[in-house]
Amino acid sequence: MASSTYEHSVRLDVNKCTGCTTCLRRCPTEAIRISDGHAIINEARCIDCGECIRVCQNQAKRAVVGRLEDMERFRYKIALPAPSLYGQFDNLDDVDYVLDGLLRIGFDDVFEVSKAAELVSAYTRQYLKTEGIRLPVISSACPVVVRLIALRFPSLNDNVMHMLPPMEVAATLARKRAKERHPELADEEIGVCFISPCPAKASYVKNGFADYQSSVDVVISMSDVYFALISKMSRESEVEMMTESGMVGIGWATSGGEATALFNDEYLAADGIENVINVLEQIENDNIPPVKFIELDACTAGCVGGVLTVQNPFIAKTRLQSLRRYLPVSKNFLSTEEQQYIPELYLFNELPEYEPMTLLSRNMAESMRMMADIQRLRNMLPGIDCGACGAPSCHALAEDIVKGNASLQDCKILEKQGG
Amino acid sequence: MSEPLIFHFDVDGENFASAGQASTQVKKNLRQLGVPAATIRRVSIAMYEGEINMVIHANGGTADVIVNEDYIEIILADKGPGIPNIEQAMQEGFSTATDQIRSLGFGAGMGLPNMKRYTDTMEIDTMVGVGTTITMYVYL
Repeated sequence: MASSTYEHSVRLDVNKCTGCTTCLRRCPTEAIRISDGHAIINEARCIDCGECIRVCQNQAKRAVVGRLEDMERFRYKIALPAPSLYGQFDNLDDVDYVLDGLLRIGFDDVFEVSKAAELVSAYTRQYLKTEGIRLPVISSACPVVVRLIALRFPSLNDNVMHMLPPMEVAATLARKRAKERHPELADEEIGVCFISPCPAKASYVKNGFADYQSSVDVVISMSDVYFALISKMSRESEVEMMTESGMVGIGWATSGGEATALFNDEYLAADGIENVINVLEQIENDNIPPVKFIELDACTAGCVGGVLTVQNPFIAKTRLQSLRRYLPVSKNFLSTEEQQYIPELYLFNELPEYEPMTLLSRNMAESMRMMADIQRLRNMLPGIDCGACGAPSCHALAEDIVKGNASLQDCKILEKQGG
Repeated sequence: MSEPLIFHFDVDGENFASAGQASTQVKKNLRQLGVPAATIRRVSIAMYEGEINMVIHANGGTADVIVNEDYIEIILADKGPGIPNIEQAMQEGFSTATDQIRSLGFGAGMGLPNMKRYTDTMEIDTMVGVGTTITMYVYL
């Protein structure tokens, strides 16, 4: 199964894990079990949402991303800052200080992801006019959501927009620009580094989509860059005017930004993994108002809520509001000619194939027998979902037993009752 | 042939906020069994509509989903007021829901028509003052 080859960006440090049940209960896909005193992540179920990193008291869960030093192997280094980066700094009145700072810490060029986002927004407005697309169109920008749909909401796969996320478009355009400015550079001498608010983007870069490989070379954590930047960033001296994006591009950092950029109020925007799952359920039930576009962000408040950020998402959001204040709506437009079709570089063809995450057996009769056993076991268990057995709920333990991964003796309550 | 699987739910008529929970659970179960996505969607929409109807009109009831290898049977039973005129109730847009229910976004008069549309067969057994039992089949 393809899932076993999916390379994740959320890892566990066994030595730091105390085997408490905090992450167990918070994992939205029930991918975690506690065994031998520590957590185990089921890779086939993990969607890289980072909830476990967020809630772990012992810093035992961490994101596996690249480091700034990984860029040293490239002769020409390009930084792609996610717009959420701008919300991390206190008293910042101009994005240019951040862009200038990135050059100071060793990058040769900076290509704002917010610039690419404005182009993606412009093309999305075109995309929504395409005849025959299935409505509502679901944004493909959050990689957690795309993987969640592939694993759990296969009937909505055809609603996912086949537009590449701004990070990817930025990477392609940044390379193109580097080649134009420096024709002497060979492809492999150009390194593209995405400054990410979340581990899921790192997974996306490692794994791509079904038939798509990312043009980003290294993904580094926003918090690492933040600490490298604050000592090098100038605040007083005049910096060159560099920014090439407006309100729309920066708006992508927070929930609703992508949707409002469509200049059409027929949209739904939801953030936070539980809300996202709930909305997907409701779309499947045909129980949402008739909207054209759905923006779903796995993190609360949008990308500013990613686990690799430094600042509280709502504080970051407020800072972005003041940064956006005097900016033009957008700095990136499509000419009449460009509006005729969506170029290849913005699109991907195939989505990941449905991997039935919770399927009991490929044989329906066998699945039915297993589920009958699960129901029987579930009725024997105490139903208090204490987590002491290492499964997130009594139901999950019943499933684990039937799948042969646990036994009834794992239930501490039954044991105490002499069961 | 394996034994049919039965999922039983009590639909709470007092708690409007909990309406729709049974269909969400059924969806999860059917996914685990490997029922095709399109079929799951049909079953869960039909069931969701029925669940909402039971809460709005009948003060709750019971929902049983019986999974066989080649078909799924959904039985929704309540002890509500019954449906005086089935033909009228089956018309799209016909609804007896109160303004309060409509203000919540329900009561569009699409419940029964949707249940019929998304299932292969639907039978309504109803008696005024006694209750309603709706049996739906979806073939696999």
